[in-house]
This record gives sequence, structure tokens and C-alpha cells, in this order.
Amino acid sequence: MTKDKLSGAELVIRGLEHINVSTVFGVPGGAILPAYDPLYDSPIRHILARHEQGAGHMAEGYAQATGELGVVIATSGPGATNLITPLANALMDSTPLLAITGQVASDAIGNDAFQEAYTVGLSMAATKHNYLITDASEIPQILKEAKYIATTGRPGPVLIDIPKDILNQQASWVEPGKLDLPGYKPTLEPNPKMVQQAANLIKKSKKPILYVGGGIIHSKANTELFDLATKFKIPVVTTLMGRGAFPDGNELCLEMPGMHGNYTATTSIQNADLLIAIGVRFDDRVTANPSFFAQNAKVIHADIDPAEIGKVRDAEVPIVGDAKSVIKGLMESLGDTNLDTESWISELKDMKSKFPLSYKQEDKGPLKVPYVLEELQKLTKEEAIVVSGVGQHQMWISQHWNFTEPNTWLNSGGLGTMGYALPGAIGAKTAYPNKLVLALDGDGCFQMTCQELITASTENIPIKIVVFNNGNHGMVRQWQKIFYNSKFSASELTHDTPDYVKLAESMGAIGMRMMEKSDVEKVFNKMLEVNDKPVLVDCVVDPDDMVFPMVPAGGSNDQIIMNKEDLKNL
Amino acid sequence: MSERILSVLVEDKPGVLARVSSTISRRGFNINSLSVGPTNIEGRSKMTIVTELDAVEQVKKQLNKLVNVIKIVELDPSMTIETEVLLLKVSINKDSQTSVIEKASLSNATSVDVGQDFAIFELTGSSKELDKFESLMKPFGIIEMVRGGRIALQSNL
Repeated sequence: MTKDKLSGAELVIRGLEHINVSTVFGVPGGAILPAYDPLYDSPIRHILARHEQGAGHMAEGYAQATGELGVVIATSGPGATNLITPLANALMDSTPLLAITGQVASDAIGNDAFQEAYTVGLSMAATKHNYLITDASEIPQILKEAKYIATTGRPGPVLIDIPKDILNQQASWVEPGKLDLPGYKPTLEPNPKMVQQAANLIKKSKKPILYVGGGIIHSKANTELFDLATKFKIPVVTTLMGRGAFPDGNELCLEMPGMHGNYTATTSIQNADLLIAIGVRFDDRVTANPSFFAQNAKVIHADIDPAEIGKVRDAEVPIVGDAKSVIKGLMESLGDTNLDTESWISELKDMKSKFPLSYKQEDKGPLKVPYVLEELQKLTKEEAIVVSGVGQHQMWISQHWNFTEPNTWLNSGGLGTMGYALPGAIGAKTAYPNKLVLALDGDGCFQMTCQELITASTENIPIKIVVFNNGNHGMVRQWQKIFYNSKFSASELTHDTPDYVKLAESMGAIGMRMMEKSDVEKVFNKMLEVNDKPVLVDCVVDPDDMVFPMVPAGGSNDQIIMNKEDLKNL
Repeated sequence: MSERILSVLVEDKPGVLARVSSTISRRGFNINSLSVGPTNIEGRSKMTIVTELDAVEQVKKQLNKLVNVIKIVELDPSMTIETEVLLLKVSINKDSQTSVIEKASLSNATSVDVGQDFAIFELTGSSKELDKFESLMKPFGIIEMVRGGRIALQSNL
């Protein structure tokens, strides 16, 4: 039986089904309440988060793991303002996200009504685009448009704000039609002339580096990238957002460059004569001071977002286009060219063995995060989706974890949002219930969104959480140690409050703890045996450990601090 | 630094001016003048943005990312017809009255209202002409002044 007219709320739910949304994350409230009524009867799965920020990060985790649209629903006022962080996060990391927020009734807008916030204005600088719906009949078309904008070109977050009276307004379902977006036409196919020019530069290069990032993953271009790099023997650095775009362990993979990148990756860029930059934005965490960055290199910069090209570094060859098409074009233009990069590769190989990443785990000493990570990876056989927070642990994971597949490393790169790991992992596990999903978090980060552990328990989302508990905001402490004369102002959290094991148990999860080397394998094996409940491991680690290598903010990538001893020369 | 004039064709949708100005301030760009109004095409408005930025390329790219921005053209000043409107209220008295009116009429300003002790003039012209008129009136005592923002069209398009 179909009704002639539907409510705006029914149009929202039917519209979401129409654009193939199967899961939404959210928190109900007054203004959005009408939408929750038809949602109850819909096949769409709703995950009830404990805070809208958590709901937003869940939707991001879902999107980062699948490459598909993530959807979050919240109410007006505080519901919407709590979403600003995930929206800004998704904008920075180009994550396709759709946020639907309730708004006070149209005639109350602007009157400082209860739970009113100017959501469209507040989210304007945190979204790719946003809408305020003024007529229920627009809903199906705008949902289609919103998905298209969020998922195409450079992906990003789109918000739709719907006043409560519009959710209750009756209107007919009109099948969404052709999109009319005269101002939105992303360029996917690169200009062949520019591709040819790029190929000419590559042919002349003796020391090329493929500098690749999140754009490869968004474009699902990892296979093409692999072919390009291996056919022409070009070494690859993968940025924080690009980890997994090219497999670690491959002899051409130099892994992460930048502030906490490994020596070889950072230095390879400094020594290169050509940067083939694809789907990267020359972020300051990669370049340090841009005037000292890759001074000997010509730059080919390919990106789907024209505004990224020339923003930080001028490119000899700018290419606007989708990474996959750009790489295919380069492959064609290069044909059977033989690049002589042998001596370059061996130079980098020597560098790798001369300047490896290092850490020292003593048998009786406090646990070191890199050691714990390597042990965990041995036990999980590279099959996990790893989700992290922000700070020391994030850098150590990026350095020490072996990423071989795209979409297996989810983190907050651009905005640096602490608290991403737990809700992000819930989102990823919702998308892939049969995959092992690890939230590897810091204690400071965990405390920012830890209530979502209740969501994981009550919604039966059995993720595994490791809290690297150093009792501190570790990266803040590291900076205070280096740049503020060890004055640890407001960075201490304490090791034992909360008791993470009890906290986990009170939230319906299983809690475990590891304190020393002999615990690690035992506890992780126990953790991996549990499949029906979330598990949290309180991993107590050394508060004085620091992440190296390090290039201080604004410094030169030619001056890499390799260890504590190097700090004396600062 | 020389002035750069951007002519921005946008969809006439709610919030589009806020999006454009928010993008400009968000990226730390300064603007000298911004005006907006309807065009001959239904549903389309045109904004004229005058800036002195070297970073104008970046401004253009960032504005182009806005979904409601359809086209941005940078106008070549040597081939551009540009104009601006000004309303100026100046105080007058028996002594100054003749001189004010004479100077205004030499400047091609039109008097739109005259009271006991004030006169309001309207002037349309280039920004330089408007500046000049303002400095001519200054000695008599400007009570209030408003300028409408610069608008421009390229003459050979």
C-alpha cells in the first residue's frame, strides 16, 4: 500500500533508502524526532551513539573503511553543534559524509527558539556544501544531490538542515531527476597535454619519487599506482592519509615522510630531482618549512582539486584530474620507456639500512608502544583494519604497522581530532562485521569519546581497543620536554584513574591489562579469542618515550632529529 | 600591487553571498570592494570583487569550489568598464551654498535632496572620480556618505 502523500520525515527515510543508505549513526532529539518514527520501520540500521561527535566519527569510520557515503543524523542546536568537529574532520580528510540535522520550525527560525542554532551558518566552513530545506517536496532530489556532491570530485561532508514543520509537511514522492548543478563539475579526465609533459619530465628524471596520499585511496587507484611504480621502478612515499595505498614491504615503498616520517622517506624527497605528487596537498606535516622542501626537485602535481595545485608549492606540471585516470594516462604516455633508477634505488636502500626506525624494549623495563604494535601485528597477520587517535601512538602506528591494503588505516590526519579511534572503529566494524577492527588509541584520546564503548557493547559491535596508557597527553609532554624545558603544564592525566578494566566492564565490554613484556602475547591472544563482545586492553606504557625521527614544526627536512641525543644540538 | 577585478557568476540561492564572503575571510584574503546584484539571466546573480591580492589565483580556485559559483572571470582593467555609485550628504550654509553646488555640478554630481543646512548628492563614476568628489566636499563638512561597491563589465566580451 502506498500513500499518495508522505510526510517530510517519510521522504527523508525513503530518500535515504533510494540513495542506497543501509546504515546511519545518530542521536535523536526534539526537532529530528519526526524522522525517527519512519526510521523505526525502515530496513536502514540505526546505531545509537552516546554523543553526536561519536555518531559523526562513526559515519566517518564507515566511510573511510568502505569508500562509500557515511550518514549521521542529529537534532537541532547542541545536536548540530556537536557535529561540527566530525564535519570539519571529514572536510580536512576528504571523507564522504552526509549529515542530516533537525531544525526548529520554520516560523521559529531566527527567534532564539529552544535548541535553535544557526546550523547552516555554523557548518558553512566545515562542509563542502550545505542546505536548509524549505519545502518537503525538495527532499528526495536534495538527498540525491547531496550524495553526489559528497562522493564525487574531492569527497567531503554535506549537511542538510530540515526544520521540524518540514519534516511534518505532507508532499508527494517525486522520483529524483537529473541533477542541475551548473557550478559543480569536477574534472576527472586530465588534460592529455599535461600528462604528456609529465611523462617527458619522468623520462628525464634520474631520481624520481612518487609522493602519494589519500587521493589514491579515494580514487581506488592503488592497483594502477602499483603498476606505475613497479613497471618504471619509481620509489614511493605514502603520506599519513595515503598509508596502504602502496604496500609496505615492497622494495620501492619508503613509507611515511615528514615530521615523524622515517629518515629515508623524508630524505628521499629532499634528494629527489622529480616529485610525482598524486593526491597529496603538500601538508605542513610533510613539507616542514616549504622553502627548504625538495629544493632540487621539479614537481608534477596531480590532484582532483585544482585549489591544491600551487597552493603551497608551484608545480612545473600541474594536472587536474582523478588519480586513477592520471596514472593510466602516465602509463600510456610512458609506454615502454626504460627508466634508469637503479643507482637511486640502491642509494635509498643503503639509507634505509643506515637509518632504520628504532626502539629498545627492555625485558624488565616499561612497555614501548612500537614493541607492542609489532607483537600485535604478528598475531593479527596483517588482516586488521586499524583505527587510531591522534598523537604519539598514531605516529608510531604509521611508522611501525605494515599496511598493505588501502582502507585498512583510518585516522584523523588533517584536523588531528583526538577521540576519533573508538567511534571510527565502531563505524568500520559496522561496515565489515567479519573483519578484525582494532582501535589503537592513546589514553588522552580515549577519554574524549570513551562513552561510545557503551554503543559498541549495546549495539553488538565487537571491536578491539588497545589504550596505550602513558598517563599523559604524550605528544604534548614530548613537546614540553623538547621546547618548554620539561615544564609539564597540564599534560598529566594519571595512569590509574580511570581504572580502564573496570571502566570497560561497567560499559559492557571485557577489560584486560598488560604491564610488561611477558604479558603482551598472552593478553593479546586472549583479546583475539573474544568475538562476541568489545574488548579493551589497558596497555600501560612508558610515559617518557618520545617519537623519533622528528622535524620540528617550521624546520627544514634536511635537519632530522633522529633520537634523544640529537636533541642536545637543538 | 595592482588591483584585480573578479566577475563572479553565481546561482541566486539563499546564502550564496555568505558562502562567498566566508570563503574569502576564511582564507585570510582582503577585499577592497564587493557588490552583488541580479543579471539578465533568471536565477543568476553577479558579484564584482575587487582585491589587491597577489594570491588572486588561489582566491579564484577556492571560490570555484563553491557549489553555487558558476563562473569566475578576471577582468582585464584596460578593457573594463567600471563604475560605482555614491551618495554624499554635506552641510551647507549661506556662505558655502553656492560654492558647494558649483563644485558638485562641475563634478557631474546630481543633487537629490536639499534641506536648510544640508544637501545630498548622487554621483556615478569611476572610483577615482568618486574619491575626488569626496575630497572636494570634505572642507564643507561631510555629514554622511555611502558608496555602492564597484561593478564592472569587460567591453570586448
